[in-house]
Amino acid sequence: MSGEPSTDGVAIIVNGEHRLTAAGSSLDDLVAALGFSGRPVAVEVDGAVVPRSRFAERGLTGGERIEIVTFVGGG
Amino acid sequence: MAESGAPNLPAPVADDAPLAVGGVRLESRLIVGTGKYATYAEMARCLDASGTDCVTVAVRRERLVNAAGENILDHLDASRYALLPNTAGCYTAADAVRVARLGRELLRDMGSATSEWVKLEVLGDRRTLLPDPVGTLEATAQLVADGFTVLVYTSDDPVIAKRLKDLGAASVMPAGSPIGSGQGVLNANNLRICLEYLKDGDPSYPVIVDAGVGTASDVAVAMELGADGVLLNTAIAHARDPERMALAMKAACLAGRQAFLAGRIPRRLYATASSPDEGRIVRPN
Repeated sequence: MSGEPSTDGVAIIVNGEHRLTAAGSSLDDLVAALGFSGRPVAVEVDGAVVPRSRFAERGLTGGERIEIVTFVGGG
Repeated sequence: MAESGAPNLPAPVADDAPLAVGGVRLESRLIVGTGKYATYAEMARCLDASGTDCVTVAVRRERLVNAAGENILDHLDASRYALLPNTAGCYTAADAVRVARLGRELLRDMGSATSEWVKLEVLGDRRTLLPDPVGTLEATAQLVADGFTVLVYTSDDPVIAKRLKDLGAASVMPAGSPIGSGQGVLNANNLRICLEYLKDGDPSYPVIVDAGVGTASDVAVAMELGADGVLLNTAIAHARDPERMALAMKAACLAGRQAFLAGRIPRRLYATASSPDEGRIVRPN
């Protein structure tokens, strides 16, 4: 995916799926748009964990690979 | 801990110090997995019946649709159960470290007292789910350096077990047999050597038998050998009556621990009579 901004937004990959997010938006905006605000999730951007306290300051410029994870049952 | 409505089970003997991992005391010697239950409600009942106060969880992608769906944390009281995130499904040290860091972030966000804990699994083979010893050593070193309390799944190889401890693992967790196989403790002799090596000069070092339990007697066997705890999941979750099996596991864990502390008699080839020879009214044969 190219990271070129467009009128529709910038392209990112969230949990392996291509998505568009508004140019100039933050990780906080993305998490909110996906309905995960206040949910137990952890977020990694391009292989590095971003703590919840830094979601707002982490801008998305396009091309980021984002993982949003939670706990599930496991042994 | 809340009462589970279970029959009264013997209390652990007074002079048996509770299991402690990384300075955190656990009241139960069973660590129970949260996977494979038919429903979250059944999982919650089984955890209660097992008496555990430490449960494993996996780290997975949040579903992008239906995000308002139930989360396992809605059914796990984090003030009652220490959460132990695993790195299940990781086949390289790098992937395991990545997943461990995400699990830690989830726990830190929750304010968990065990936020630095990880059950490290670096798998080597999809069919056996046996650990990759080289990847496991690498990941242990990295996670210890990163401040994690590492509880590490490994084979019953005493040499690897010792090296994992030397690298700083908080607990070494040898497998009784392959994950989910229900074969119990296949090589008691290796486990004995693991226990001897890991506890040499450090008797309170926690050694937890992880994986392979099929039924209650497998837990008892592991505990009778001197393991400090047992970690299991499938044997409860896939039993015909999971809640009853959870209770059986609790009883077996206590029974095995008591038997270990009590000290078993040696195995002998020939019989030794329990009733006295003296005073018999019949002629000896």
